[in-house]
Amino acid sequence: MDIYLPIAGLSVNALMIIALGGVVGLLTGMIGVGGGFLTTPILIFFGIPPAVAVASSTTQITGTSISGVLAHTRRKGVDYRMGGVIITGGIAGSLVGGFLFRLLQETGQIDTVISILYVVLLSSIGILMAKEAATALGILKTRGGPKPQRRHNPIIAMLPMRWRFYRSGLYISPLAPLILGFFTGMLTVLLGVGGGFVMVPAMIYLLGMSAQVVVGTSLLQILAVTAATTMIHATTTRSVDIVLAVLLLLGSVVGAQYGARFAQKMKPELLRLALAIIVLGVAFRMGLELTWRPAEIYTVQLL
Amino acid sequence: MKRLAAFLLILLFAGPGAQAQPRLVPEVSHRQVEIRYSFTGAELLLFGAILYPRGRLPEERTDVAVVLKGPMEPVVVRERRRVAGIWMNVGRARFRSAPQFYAVASSRPLHAIIDERTAAIYELGLGNLQLSPGGGIQAEELGRFEAGLIDLMRRGRLYQEDPRGVQIEQGVLYQARIGIPASVPVGTYTAETFLIQRGRVIAGAVREIRIEKLGFEGFVARAAERWSFAYGIVAVATSLFLGWAASALFRRRA
Repeated sequence: MDIYLPIAGLSVNALMIIALGGVVGLLTGMIGVGGGFLTTPILIFFGIPPAVAVASSTTQITGTSISGVLAHTRRKGVDYRMGGVIITGGIAGSLVGGFLFRLLQETGQIDTVISILYVVLLSSIGILMAKEAATALGILKTRGGPKPQRRHNPIIAMLPMRWRFYRSGLYISPLAPLILGFFTGMLTVLLGVGGGFVMVPAMIYLLGMSAQVVVGTSLLQILAVTAATTMIHATTTRSVDIVLAVLLLLGSVVGAQYGARFAQKMKPELLRLALAIIVLGVAFRMGLELTWRPAEIYTVQLL
Repeated sequence: MKRLAAFLLILLFAGPGAQAQPRLVPEVSHRQVEIRYSFTGAELLLFGAILYPRGRLPEERTDVAVVLKGPMEPVVVRERRRVAGIWMNVGRARFRSAPQFYAVASSRPLHAIIDERTAAIYELGLGNLQLSPGGGIQAEELGRFEAGLIDLMRRGRLYQEDPRGVQIEQGVLYQARIGIPASVPVGTYTAETFLIQRGRVIAGAVREIRIEKLGFEGFVARAAERWSFAYGIVAVATSLFLGWAASALFRRRA
């Protein structure tokens, strides 16, 4: 069943896109990541222009994260104060990211920058997660027992102005989450990802937030920043394809519900190990693409 | 069919004219191509009649070439090269007028029926496109970029060359089929027909074709351009609604 995408300007198999959304949704429900890091590269692989793929997968992430936010709010798993600070940074970051995006597009370096960022981020996070999950599962043995965990990062403790974040159980400077939000906001615009795969580890290991509010607050931040990013793309690059986003959503919102049910029946460490393997796979694939002779030496862009 | 009947009627009246030069009466199967939700490309039939003076066929063989050309746009062509182990865009060239679609079909291979100068004047053949390159670039380098552009467009079926795509029936009726892919850009296209004899163009005629996005697809594309802010709001609201609806639906069932 072929459907014409009005902004991307080509026809795609609708069922294939819905299925892609479904798989990504399953991951979202199971692990709590938006799945943008999978959607964007696969859409580009289908021949959808990179700008449209980035913008439309951002729109899709907004939809998949809302149900998560609602569920976590009911369980009091969202720190709105912390979320507010991160979102403020995130929106500022997405504005700067939008500016960078246009600059890179004009000089023709956007594809390379996107690929390098993906490879660096995904491989470092993938290795961290795989190690952590393998240790928890007892596959890897830690030498000399687990290290005593530091509750506070010394650099973050040095920052001025301290606020109390009750739900996160923190008394820290709001500058730290603000800067963190800023960088993930930039990533959202540049890569078409929600940034959950960066945000969640950073919240746990850098800020030291309490585990119950990490996923909910990260989802709230993703929701707000992807909504803002959709607006930025819609008004500047004009590459949000609403038909593509709806097709992806049809699959992913349903997939997310089933994913959430599977997640309750599985070991969380096993899920994290699975995510780590997927993340490393994507990183490896993109790394190959950067170094192997590309299929197309020439690209054409309308002025 | 109605269009074909009207066409034959015109022929009947215009047929036995006493002009000194041959004339072409071209027609296309669609004056308008509509891009709708299930658009996967289209096939255009370009056909017509050759009217010779006094209705007599010439002694020397004539050939027909048809060209379907899309709107001209300025483009940048970028070239990847390996830098420190990574393939990235290094070189670039601007072309001020690259057709977004170009298909040529002829009754025999172009090089066999037309001399080089005439082909260049009428922009017949992929080697004769006048892309008007921007300045500041070496000629040989330019050739590489041009070849890259043409090769890329050709594989996307946006540039086509069919050396035997025109059939001529009994010397007077010709027809050619040209396929357009789904990724074709919108705009006004021209369908040019050339009658060629002894390497020269002896008659030519043009028809216009409009390729448009209509219905819902057209509305979406226009909305994204004209009311971009409202479009963004609608996109966000739609995705929020779908996400909320799914979770509400599943919660009730669970």
